[in-house]
Amino acid sequence: MSTVPTALAKRSPLKIVAWAVPIAVVLLVLPYLVDPYQSILLAYGLAMAIAVLGFNLLLGYTGLLSFGHSAYFGVGAYAVAFMVKYLHVQSMELFLLGAIVASVLVTALFGYVCVRYTKIFFSILTLALSQVLWSLAFKFFWVTGGTDGLRVPTPKLLGVVTSEGEDKIHFLAHGYYYYVLVVFILCVALMWLIVHSPFGKALQAIRDNETRARFIGIRIRRYRFVAFLVSGVFTGIAGALWVPLNGLTTPDILYWPFSGEIVFMAVLGGFRNFTGPIVGAVVFNYLKTYAVGFTVYWQAFMGVILVVLVMVLPTGLVGTAKLLGAYARRRFAK
Amino acid sequence: MDILVIHLFNALLYASVLFLIAGGLSLIYGVMRIVNLAHGNLFALGAFVTASAVGQWFAGSTSAFLYLLLPTGALAAAALGAVLEPTLLRPFYRRPEEYQLLVTFGLLMILEDVLRFVWGPYPLSASTLFEQMGSATVGEFIYPRYNLLVIAIGAFAAVFLWALIYRTKFGVVLRATSQDMRRASALGVNVNLVYIQAFTIGCFMAGLAGAIIVPSQSAVLGMGVDALVLSFIVVVVGGLGSLEGALVGALIVGIVREIGISVFPEIELAVLYLIAAVVLLVRPAGLFGRAT
Repeated sequence: MSTVPTALAKRSPLKIVAWAVPIAVVLLVLPYLVDPYQSILLAYGLAMAIAVLGFNLLLGYTGLLSFGHSAYFGVGAYAVAFMVKYLHVQSMELFLLGAIVASVLVTALFGYVCVRYTKIFFSILTLALSQVLWSLAFKFFWVTGGTDGLRVPTPKLLGVVTSEGEDKIHFLAHGYYYYVLVVFILCVALMWLIVHSPFGKALQAIRDNETRARFIGIRIRRYRFVAFLVSGVFTGIAGALWVPLNGLTTPDILYWPFSGEIVFMAVLGGFRNFTGPIVGAVVFNYLKTYAVGFTVYWQAFMGVILVVLVMVLPTGLVGTAKLLGAYARRRFAK
Repeated sequence: MDILVIHLFNALLYASVLFLIAGGLSLIYGVMRIVNLAHGNLFALGAFVTASAVGQWFAGSTSAFLYLLLPTGALAAAALGAVLEPTLLRPFYRRPEEYQLLVTFGLLMILEDVLRFVWGPYPLSASTLFEQMGSATVGEFIYPRYNLLVIAIGAFAAVFLWALIYRTKFGVVLRATSQDMRRASALGVNVNLVYIQAFTIGCFMAGLAGAIIVPSQSAVLGMGVDALVLSFIVVVVGGLGSLEGALVGALIVGIVREIGISVFPEIELAVLYLIAAVVLLVRPAGLFGRAT
């Protein structure tokens, strides 16, 4: 638990720009190059990437494995659905605001309880609390729609009414795709600032050596609580972005195997890297979509991938790519 | 008054099954310090195997023979456990627990689909065993005799396990390994063998729970995932790694659930999870857990 991503800290801003700009350009022009289905799929992936980015602030940077992040994703999604059903809101900005408020409230409450623990107890407690929300969504069907879920129509972006004639697919693949992309870029930038701030460094110090961190005056529980809060809110925002794409929210996204999928994504990309969760979420989304289309036994397929992954590539895709890159550079230098 | 007896029987019925599942989970954690997320699937496997043995393969046999077939599910789960521990789980004991949870989560996904592949998406029942035993009268109510058998099996399993762990040489070795694996190993205990045995017993208990519950319900996909979260509540309340804790936790959950179903059905599950959260807050290691 001590391999600090030093390469990340040393990287110059210029190098980051050299990486980020081409990727951003590709993401920007993509809806005009591929068919709508692909860009909608990518929008799903980007929304999940925000959730996993938030999740990884706890796992990768604070050393706490949450097995209950479905709760905050679900809170974001249900906040939007309730705003549609009971307040007749249509504006996406209000949806995001509502999801942020709701997830701040829920994560503050859950976080207050959970950050007293670490290791397996933290995982089980987050899981138990997320299941409270699941059972409420499941049982109070006259409020939440039960297993039928709640429908969420296409929202208004930036106050602009989507013309009645506009095809929903076209809307999701273009206007909404760009909306998700912008929120995604903002979230990535924000998370980058957070993990490279003194606060982020303090979290890593807590992860690597709790006793020492306490010795140099870090208030461990408070830092963990704030990390929990930020983590949950990112995941809540992801839930709010996800629900118009899906058009429907059901208790499935609150059920604990969905939390397992979030952990899966982080490990797939590599939770020791900043970019790992992003890559993991996007790749997982493609894998799952194609596995579901390919076989009814997609779950077993994903399970085998997960088992092989933890056995053979514990640093995930990004970690392995970095190792290979370093190896290639060494060979090249000789 | 009689209705109270019925409610008590229902609570005990539920507690028996939960004790078997959660006791197995807790035993495995106590010895190997690993939380097996696929434990619920072994419970489901027990249910499916017994259901098809009783309801399909030997459906025409005499009823006495069918009752003898009841433990087949438990044996199947135990056999699977004996294979899984050395092959899949052993490499992970030295790795951080996120990897342990992930590999068992992967196993959960695989086993879920294995059940779907072998038995298909439809529920499977073994209700002949349930129906043949008929009902007993409790005052003015009737109560299925089969449920009483399940309670008896649960109680017997609890006594048997207690004797196994506290009154046999095997139990001494098991407890020694659980308390200090390195020292036990230095004293000549074959730790790998103990690990297989403990994991097999844990899986046997889960499979037995599935086997005895299937005649009164039926085997459905997803039952494992549901059972796992409930047994999490049990082990959190009782203390992870403690069999006494699993027993008390199962009784508490059984009673609360029975009250919940009749008094506050909407928030019955939520109350159970909240109890688990409150216990963790007040006593982090659970009611019977050792502080680690």
